[in-house]
Amino acid sequence: MDNSPTKTLAAKIAVIIPAFNEEQSIVSVVNAVSNISNTAGIKLVPVVVNDCSTDNTALVLKETSAVLLDLPVNLGIGGAVQTGILYALENNFDFAVQVDGDGQHPAQFIPDLVNAALNQKVDVVVGSRFMTKDGFLSTKTRRAGIKWFYLLNRFLTGTRVLDATSGFRLFNRNAIRLMADNYPDDYPEPEAIVLFSRAGLKIAEIPVKMKEREGGVSSIRGFSTLYYMWKVSLGIIFTYFRKIK
Amino acid sequence: MEKVQIIAVATSLLFLGYISFLIYRGRLREEYALIWIVCTLVLIVFSVWREGLEVLARLFGVVEPPNLVFTGAIFAILVYLLHLSVSVSKLQVQNKKLAQEIALLRQKSDPSKS
Repeated sequence: MDNSPTKTLAAKIAVIIPAFNEEQSIVSVVNAVSNISNTAGIKLVPVVVNDCSTDNTALVLKETSAVLLDLPVNLGIGGAVQTGILYALENNFDFAVQVDGDGQHPAQFIPDLVNAALNQKVDVVVGSRFMTKDGFLSTKTRRAGIKWFYLLNRFLTGTRVLDATSGFRLFNRNAIRLMADNYPDDYPEPEAIVLFSRAGLKIAEIPVKMKEREGGVSSIRGFSTLYYMWKVSLGIIFTYFRKIK
Repeated sequence: MEKVQIIAVATSLLFLGYISFLIYRGRLREEYALIWIVCTLVLIVFSVWREGLEVLARLFGVVEPPNLVFTGAIFAILVYLLHLSVSVSKLQVQNKKLAQEIALLRQKSDPSKS
């Protein structure tokens, strides 16, 4: 088995944190990642992708140890994460972990994601709220939407990912290479599950406890919920048929 | 030639002249200019050949000739709009790649900032 601590120690891990107007929470997110890096014995490099924030997100980061990727125009979450992925690919990282900039994803679970990838020999690990139903579980309507994505993904690819909208994920080199060329722009998470399955990557899901956001507002609210459901469902179906680059 | 024909031909020619001017000044790419020139030529043909519309309508089995104009024009517009959507999508992909490349280069050129 590959779960020896030396293997974990040697791995280069980029923690990609997409941020759009997260000046209130971004520093604590970065610091939490750095603390885990110091205490858990794994080397984590926080990589913040500033998606052309209009607040002081870039400025407050100067005090931290994070690598800052400053986008000149706003690309949306997918394009921002992909920027971090390109950085990880270029700089030969073994793993990339995606963590939201709003503080929803506690850094203490990052070692669990890494261990799951090493022990279960999978390419992608998704941190799921619904395996133990612990912590912040989102609203009822949102959970219904997430259930729909689960069913759609299971029907198309047979992949069973309970929390397809979770942006708390780990990717290995295979997944990084795939994502560098293929990654949706808006609301990429559920579509990406289909993408990974189609590319033959193995996905594991592990339980994590999420928190309510520390600052900022969700990108999915009000009328855009309908657009979101429609866009993502269509995206999932087209990703299923599309040729992978 | 009747008055309306002269006006139609004159307008079409003006339009054609303006398109040529735009291409000459480099403000319109030839691939887009092509469709505009074809449209203008069609307008000129039908301005001169007045029975042409009725001949075509009979050919397609359309009872009211103006309906053929509307159907044809709306269809052409839809096709052109689709073409523009495709162009915009392509530009978006290119734009994204450039933005990402800039972010990575910025980081590389000044790592002290990060």
